[in-house]
Amino acid sequence: MIELILKFSAFVSIGTTMGILYVLLSESIPFFREVSLIDFLTDTQWTPLFTNKHFGILPLITGTLTVTLIALLVAVPLGIIIAVFLSEYASPKFRRSIKPILEILAAIPTVVYGFFALMTVTPILQTIIPGLSGFNALSAGIVMGIMIIPMVSSLSEDAMYAVPKSLREASYAMGANKFQTAFKVVIPAAFSGIIVSIILAIARAIGETMIVAIAAGQQPRFTMDPTVPIQTLTAYIVQVSLGDIQHGSLEYKTIYAAGIMLFAITFLLNSISFYLRKKYQEKYI
Amino acid sequence: MKEKKEQRTIIQSESINVYYDDKHVLKNVNLDIKEKTVTALIGPSGCGKSTYLRLINRMNDYIPEFHFSGTIVVNGKNIYDDSVEVEELRKDIGMVFQKPNPFPKSIYDNVAYGLKIQGIKNKTVLDEAVESSLKQAALWDEVKDNLKAGGLSLSGGQQQRLCIARALAVQPTILLMDEPTSALDPISSAKIEELIFELKKQYTIIIVTHNMQQATRVSDNTAFFYIGDLIEYGKTDELFMNPIHEQTKKYITGRFG
Amino acid sequence: MKRSVRNKIYDKVFEIIGYTATFFGLIILLYFITDIVYEGWNRIDYDFLTSYTSRKAEKSGIFPAWVGSVWILALTLIISVPIGIASGIYFEEYAKKNKITYMLEVNIANLAGVPSIIYGLLGLEIFGRMFGFGSSILTGSLTLALLILPIIIVSTREALKAVPQSLRDASFALGASKWQTIWLQILPSSMGGVLTGTILALSRAVGETAPLIVIGALAYVPFIPSSPMDEFTVLPMQIFEWTSRPQHEFLINAAAAIIVLLCITFLMNGIAIYLRNKWQKKNQW
Repeated sequence: MIELILKFSAFVSIGTTMGILYVLLSESIPFFREVSLIDFLTDTQWTPLFTNKHFGILPLITGTLTVTLIALLVAVPLGIIIAVFLSEYASPKFRRSIKPILEILAAIPTVVYGFFALMTVTPILQTIIPGLSGFNALSAGIVMGIMIIPMVSSLSEDAMYAVPKSLREASYAMGANKFQTAFKVVIPAAFSGIIVSIILAIARAIGETMIVAIAAGQQPRFTMDPTVPIQTLTAYIVQVSLGDIQHGSLEYKTIYAAGIMLFAITFLLNSISFYLRKKYQEKYI
Repeated sequence: MKEKKEQRTIIQSESINVYYDDKHVLKNVNLDIKEKTVTALIGPSGCGKSTYLRLINRMNDYIPEFHFSGTIVVNGKNIYDDSVEVEELRKDIGMVFQKPNPFPKSIYDNVAYGLKIQGIKNKTVLDEAVESSLKQAALWDEVKDNLKAGGLSLSGGQQQRLCIARALAVQPTILLMDEPTSALDPISSAKIEELIFELKKQYTIIIVTHNMQQATRVSDNTAFFYIGDLIEYGKTDELFMNPIHEQTKKYITGRFG
Repeated sequence: MKRSVRNKIYDKVFEIIGYTATFFGLIILLYFITDIVYEGWNRIDYDFLTSYTSRKAEKSGIFPAWVGSVWILALTLIISVPIGIASGIYFEEYAKKNKITYMLEVNIANLAGVPSIIYGLLGLEIFGRMFGFGSSILTGSLTLALLILPIIIVSTREALKAVPQSLRDASFALGASKWQTIWLQILPSSMGGVLTGTILALSRAVGETAPLIVIGALAYVPFIPSSPMDEFTVLPMQIFEWTSRPQHEFLINAAAAIIVLLCITFLMNGIAIYLRNKWQKKNQW
């Protein structure tokens, strides 16, 4: 009896996944009856809320990619340096106390980061880049990058820390210093773990909503220019949700079309990372 | 069979004391090792033999609780002197560990690692070093067509010989072996022992072992450690035939340990 | 230059870079927070905490917002914690190692990476429309409960895993049933870990904005919700709404509300870290 209740709870997660798939498909299939998949994937304009309607998802994709790329440029180098530093250089005591503090960066509500990006980072950037628009991908991306630093650093560090001590000893015994040991032995040995951390960070950046909804603007543009207002997949869903659009209309269904795109990308990335993680866990047993 | 001519002393250890925090793990040890000999360090677990081995290439430096006093002179140089560069010292002293620990790289890159970290990039130099080291480690014939294969894809015994080749590639004068066959099957162990016998012609070898037979088979001299003390040190056949101390006798006849 | 000297310099330089990288994000966050406190601190007073929103910025307050956040927090907790802990127990203590279990595990790992806004789409359709709960607190809580479920499941499993087999054996040897062993021995000794994970998950729920926007939570709520079926707003929604106003006075309100939200976040995270440390010290197996 108890086991049955517990088992039922465990299946709630399956129900969630099926619910997500059902919702996304049931609303986006009618959408694709009206808009051809080819137009959706190749048209470079996204204007479902205008009179002259275009349903090309590409501008939302380029917007999402631009912000994600900027976030990665911030988070990946910093995250990996932190990981190497904590796992190979820092004292165990420093390592133990700094890790939860770094996690704070990921615990701050994203709406707060959005406010920072709009109110603090953009004005600072405008003094450096004169033509920078008030809403732009650059500041949203930088702030998002800061937010996901702990994702990269924590998982990468775990992977490096799991590299057997005997490999480090072998390297030191050959006369290598810490720097050489870290970059020539530990990083290659922990490589798949580092890749997993980066993939998860990408998925997180692609799905992040509030920072871009607040600071990156609401203008779908087919561009990778980080200085102008853009729109991401997530920000578009927010924009429509805030408006007063009738349930069942084509405009309404567009958020599910954007949603299924978002879900497909993140699902793919998560699956790859899960597979890689299973694989590297087996390596050193 | 044993070398008769007088050999140069390559390692001189004088009044060595090692503490891990309050624990006294080596007590006033004096031990001299001759060039191009095999010295076996034996004794029950925790007797200090591995600690002694790791003093010679200063691998104990990474243990935060480690405290050392005394002098160890290697090739005429006090290696715990402040002016000694640990990395330079280790170039001259190769080490082989208990469990084979090849890097997750190709066979070639494993062997070339030591040269590469010294900044040697010349392909011909690397190729030659890899070949000659693998030959010395008696692994060349088994892997020569497959140098790009991963080091981890080899069998346990091959991996250990790869680790030996890796250590030899930087042309050390001393080779430290920390129970190099304890993780291997008897046939692989026998191959390593054979190899040690060959390597002795060129290198000074110090080997920690738990296996009495192995010590008698491969070594010229044997040092018996017990709870941090060097109890007895001498020619292997003498030590095993006529141990002077009661504890040595007990240990080698298997009555404790 | 001698190689060994160069090596030492490399190591030293990298150590400095490592410290810089580690503190980079934290220092920027500190700067952000100082900026916010400077902007918003004077705005926080009794009236701000007890007023409804108004057209006039200086008369607006966060009363409905924080009451809404408390409602959401409580209801999300009631829904997600039993299900989450039950699933965790199922996976760790009951589930057999087979294909179905593996599939469930992959599924949870994937759900943990689904963007929060997708959960909003799920909640809008399933709870809002299908179940007819509309844009109520209940819809919001159900949605957020599903969102944080994977976090609770994973941390419950980690905590259970840390309980040594010997404790289970001892209990079984005394004739306890499986459930008695779990309920009386294993759960109590893993409570620290379970609580830590749960609090962190709830802190995430309190900071969420995007899914609530999608389910149609209101920004302007002129009343205090009195039942789970009432419409509502929460602090992050209120912050988002004020941030998107052009007038500077509203931005000050947003900053003040952020201070309140951050206090809640830090408090919850602080408690979680405290519990984790206490638990780790107590249970040194």
